[in-house]
Amino acid sequence: MGRKLRMVAVRCALSGLTLLLLSAVVFAAGQVLPGDVGRSILGPLADARAVAALDHQLGADAPPLLMYARWIGHLLQGDMGVSYAYRSPVAPFIVRALGKSSALAAVTLALVVPLSVGAGILAASRRGRWQDRLVNLGGLSLTVVPEFVSGILLILVFGVWLRWLPISANTRPGTGAPEQLRHLILPALPLVLVLFGYIARITRAGMIEALDADYTRTATLKGLRRSQVILRHVLRNALLPTITVIAAQTSYLLGGLVVVETLFRYQGIGSLILTAAHGKDYPMLEAGILTVGAAYILSAILADALVAMLDPR
Amino acid sequence: MTQKLFGSFSRKRTSFLFGLLVLAFWVACAFVGPFVVPQDPYADDLMNALAPPSAEHWFGTDQIGRDVFSRVIAGARPILSVAPAATFLAALCGTMLGLVTGYAGGWVDTVLSRLVEVILALPLIVVALLVLVALGPSSLNATLVIALVFTPIIARTVRSAVLAECKLDYVPAAQLRDETALHIMFVEILPNVLPPIVVEVTVRLGYAIFTVASLSFLGFGIQPPSPDWGLSIAENYGLIVGGYGWTVGFAALATASLVIGVNLVAEGLQDAAR
Repeated sequence: MGRKLRMVAVRCALSGLTLLLLSAVVFAAGQVLPGDVGRSILGPLADARAVAALDHQLGADAPPLLMYARWIGHLLQGDMGVSYAYRSPVAPFIVRALGKSSALAAVTLALVVPLSVGAGILAASRRGRWQDRLVNLGGLSLTVVPEFVSGILLILVFGVWLRWLPISANTRPGTGAPEQLRHLILPALPLVLVLFGYIARITRAGMIEALDADYTRTATLKGLRRSQVILRHVLRNALLPTITVIAAQTSYLLGGLVVVETLFRYQGIGSLILTAAHGKDYPMLEAGILTVGAAYILSAILADALVAMLDPR
Repeated sequence: MTQKLFGSFSRKRTSFLFGLLVLAFWVACAFVGPFVVPQDPYADDLMNALAPPSAEHWFGTDQIGRDVFSRVIAGARPILSVAPAATFLAALCGTMLGLVTGYAGGWVDTVLSRLVEVILALPLIVVALLVLVALGPSSLNATLVIALVFTPIIARTVRSAVLAECKLDYVPAAQLRDETALHIMFVEILPNVLPPIVVEVTVRLGYAIFTVASLSFLGFGIQPPSPDWGLSIAENYGLIVGGYGWTVGFAALATASLVIGVNLVAEGLQDAAR
């Protein structure tokens, strides 16, 4: 166990490094590239002295490295700066949006994990037959369709034509949790379609490898029942790569949120980032993007820890 | 090499050919579409706005009366200019970078893999948004951003292929013959690592189309009044609730068929190169 613990610790340290690099990139793109902050807030017609005063007030006239150090220092204390557009602290916006996006991401994962793992297991046990081809080719094709495209088609079919699901992701205040969940199904489906193919394929490959492995033969020869062999030996080994790939796909999930939340007008972290991008609200944009990066890195660490725990070796 | 790439199709042949057919159709539309469409894809006609599909307007009209069928056909051009341009640029830079780092090796390796890790820690759409906000949204900037992100990813694939080649006898043999490093990299090694590069580039093309379409939908890619599919969907999707599905449905189907077509081709090449 000590070795595994050390592995996770090393992984955490590396992720910390990645996050630091990421913050530097985000800072560079957000503060250095756009040039004069005061000018972009006050507009091209503002008095030069007013611009200089605002720059000084915002600390935007300091050398970039010092600005970066200040920015990181504030971030570590939970201070994400003040939004240009709303003139109020960024952090509460991020927290609220993160809550909404988490709900959407949770619905997506709750739908996609059982669906794709099940399909992967089915494909592996029907290797080479039509079920296998269907899961492989269908999953692969759906994976590359942009979320807004499948979203539009799903809205047209299930929302407008069949009227099975509500089109809007938002509910009136005071709506019960089950009804709120029902409103999240249609927005979650485009994300489910993108993730399905990867997870099903990896599960299938893991299953096939485990089914062909020596330990499976040994377990069968020991006289264990087929169901026991599958549950205790095959699945445990086969699902390890699946966990890793689910974590890796979180990146697609988070990127997809920007598109899906825009399409369904859902006030999550993705639409927050897009609104900030359109309004050149850099503090909000940087905080949002860094949050997304941190969420991805965190999910990768969690998956690594989970795999280390479950790995029988 | 050609034998390896195109020789051994078995069961996937049908899906590969299907993908190729779809791709060929859209490429043809990109080249000649704007000249053969029945109506001007840019001409508005406010008296005929939001007309449902009919004999005159096969796919109906959008909210300012432009012919949707003509726009869908002409819309193949913008996306099939930006996405391949970005992919080609990334393939060029990535191959160079991969060849040099694979052959020269050393610390560059560490830097490259760190860089890829940082890039992959952010969704592509988000990276692109960040840069496009600073540079301003345009087709050219979208092309550059996607090329920039894909370059290290392609370089990594090329690099690992080059590393495998360097272990084979012909590389030390060439070194003994006193060939220059440039000659060894581009004349000896490059032809042998072409199959994985072709596969990687086709896969990336699929992602590039995905990304360009999404960026255009978000308002940071191809700009109005282009008949681009993602842009058309962004302009019209608010009308879905009113029952004007034709303004976006056909553009969505077109985008889906294009990405699936490219992906089936990539999958076929991948199988053949294996």
